[in-house]
Amino acid sequence: MILFLIYVLIFVAAFFAVKTVASRNSNSDYGPLKTVTFGDESAVKPSRSASVISILSIFLLWAMFTGSVLLPNFLHVPGPFEGVGTFEYTTQAGSKLDTATVTVLVHPISSPEEAPPVDVGDGWAKNDSVAIGMWRSDLLRVDRNDEFGRSDGAEIIEINGFKVEPGDTIDVGWGTVTISDKGTPNIQPAKGWQMESIWLPAPEAVVKRVGEIANEGFRGSTLWEHLGYSLFRVIIGFFFGALVGIPLGYAMGLSNWFRGWFDPIVEFMRPVPPLALIPLVIIWAGIGETGKIILLFLAALWIMAIAARSGVSGVNISKVHAAYSLGASKSQIMRYVIVPNSLPEIFTGARVAMGVCWGTVVAAELVAAEQGAGMMIMVASKFQNTDIVIMGIILIGIIGFGIDMLMRWAERILVPWKGKG
Amino acid sequence: MSGLSIQSISMRFDLPNGESVQALQDVSIDLKAGELLSVLGPSGCGKTTLLNIVAGFIAPTAGRMMLNGHEIDGPDAERGMVFQQGALFEWMSVRENVGFGPSMKGMPKKNKVEIVDHLLDVVGLQDFKEKAVYELSGGMQQRVALARCLANDPDVILMDEPLGALDALTREKMQSLVLKLWKETGKTIILITHSVEEALLLGERLIVMAPRPGRIHKEYHLPFAEIGVGEDLRNVKKLIEFTERREEILGMIWDMEEEIMGRSEAVS
Ligand SMILES: Nc1ncnc2c1ncn2[C@@H]1O[C@H](COP(=O)(O)OP(=O)(O)O)[C@@H](O)[C@H]1O
Ligand SMILES: [Mg+2]
Repeated sequence: MILFLIYVLIFVAAFFAVKTVASRNSNSDYGPLKTVTFGDESAVKPSRSASVISILSIFLLWAMFTGSVLLPNFLHVPGPFEGVGTFEYTTQAGSKLDTATVTVLVHPISSPEEAPPVDVGDGWAKNDSVAIGMWRSDLLRVDRNDEFGRSDGAEIIEINGFKVEPGDTIDVGWGTVTISDKGTPNIQPAKGWQMESIWLPAPEAVVKRVGEIANEGFRGSTLWEHLGYSLFRVIIGFFFGALVGIPLGYAMGLSNWFRGWFDPIVEFMRPVPPLALIPLVIIWAGIGETGKIILLFLAALWIMAIAARSGVSGVNISKVHAAYSLGASKSQIMRYVIVPNSLPEIFTGARVAMGVCWGTVVAAELVAAEQGAGMMIMVASKFQNTDIVIMGIILIGIIGFGIDMLMRWAERILVPWKGKG
Repeated sequence: MSGLSIQSISMRFDLPNGESVQALQDVSIDLKAGELLSVLGPSGCGKTTLLNIVAGFIAPTAGRMMLNGHEIDGPDAERGMVFQQGALFEWMSVRENVGFGPSMKGMPKKNKVEIVDHLLDVVGLQDFKEKAVYELSGGMQQRVALARCLANDPDVILMDEPLGALDALTREKMQSLVLKLWKETGKTIILITHSVEEALLLGERLIVMAPRPGRIHKEYHLPFAEIGVGEDLRNVKKLIEFTERREEILGMIWDMEEEIMGRSEAVS
């Protein structure tokens, strides 16, 4: 909630800041000035500064809420309490009252400590001490060293001088103390707003983890081997999918019989998400490489077949007619008209197929794999290595984005006539 | 015997809903080699159908066609086609488009280059030969289409509203180019158009078609194409004879359109 509010705040603040800066050096803005921009889709261009600030603010929030060392301390949201806190409890046994002090040492989870030594003090209620990890809480039997304990009918009636009954919560300044139903104080040092690293590690921890895994590996394979395995499966699966799918699509676009025969199959398989095939593929082909490649092959196959089919049906009939009247034979029409005409569609299909394959391979590795990006984050999550999980997600995102960029680039180079017919 | 002979062509389209359209009924045309025929008529009177039949893309339901003594039974390089637009191969450069026909025939590279260069000179696109066709303006694209058709040296050139998509100024220039090419190459040309003026300017002979069923309504022999070869087309349009003809044919087409409108109104 607070996170969301801060995000909105940054969004609005950045908007006005950039606007003021931009209006100050607006003379750098050339080209015709459009007066009608609202509602003119072509006038909406992604603001570069907005994109940069957007990415930076995500990292900023991440660092703020994890107490990252990359940020100066004053930018962090309040962290959990760390250090020594005390509170007093007053206990009553029959008509006898006595007060004792509890000393609490709150330490980082990564460096466990002993309860600090304290003087037991005078009176029949003795002073206590306990060590608690940050973000944790502890139910402390403060009466265990008292001369009259709970079994003797002693009862805590005040915390820091405030009257309490079972169920009450008292703020002791550095945290809260709640009296349990049985009368035992439950000590909860303040958690602050920062996230525990088991939920969300700081950015530098993730970066460090990348370095570690890149050097030492994870589960017997280096980071690059894991990612390489995933990519390799995608490429092989896609390759075979295209190898079969494209000719199938051409056949469907060119022959009644093929169209009739494969239409029901393709139209049925197309809406089946490849993920739904994972169980079946595991049953048939096991969890090894074959199974994954078959899965990716199937994911790419229908997409490529449909792309090739619509590439063929999309040919302007006058181009085909023109080619015939220029003396082209059927095979020449195929080679010089139909294939080049369908390439843009096939590239679009290939881009979609690569995206789907990448998503499918990660999901398949989540289910079962020896290596791979998905396996890495799945195993890491079982051991609560959140830093590896986040690293994995970021790398998977970057690679997916990279694949798409690469396909777009190839498309620009190889089919510059796309959309120009 | 040389020339194109269209003998009693009829074409009926059976629609999926059981109705049928008589697109052409008993159309006969005899063209001598080197004649320039323009075909005019309201929308839907079967002009495109007629051209597609002559090109060999569809077979007529009745009648037959002879070209230079043999029967037409499919598309062939002897009959070249120029479409309104969208028929250039956008994956090829201007040069490759023009050289397409010769390439398909497997002509030696040297001859092909010669032909392509010559035709690009004729249509004035020498400077654009390495450009992609989608980088050219509409008028230039149609010049590429003309050059591509001529590169194959067909006996007959069929044009279906080749200038229909061009703006008025470009169109006028292209009309001169068509006349020039016709005169220089001596090709037999059938040109379909929507524009009465264009039909008069570019037709040695002019056929006006009437719709439902598509048939020949009237035929003219005209002097304007011959005059236009050596003359500014704007001067031709000023001739008294030209304006009279234009008014006469405009009136005729106007009446046909009225009739169609009246009939469809009565139906609805
Ligand atoms: N493939 C077809 N199927 C059914 N009807 C057609 C087909 N082609 C043309 N027609 C019909 O034939 C008539 C003539 O069409 P067309 O030759 O395109 O006319 P024009 O070119 O003179 O405008 C029209 O009524 C049209 O609807
Ligand atoms: Mg037409």
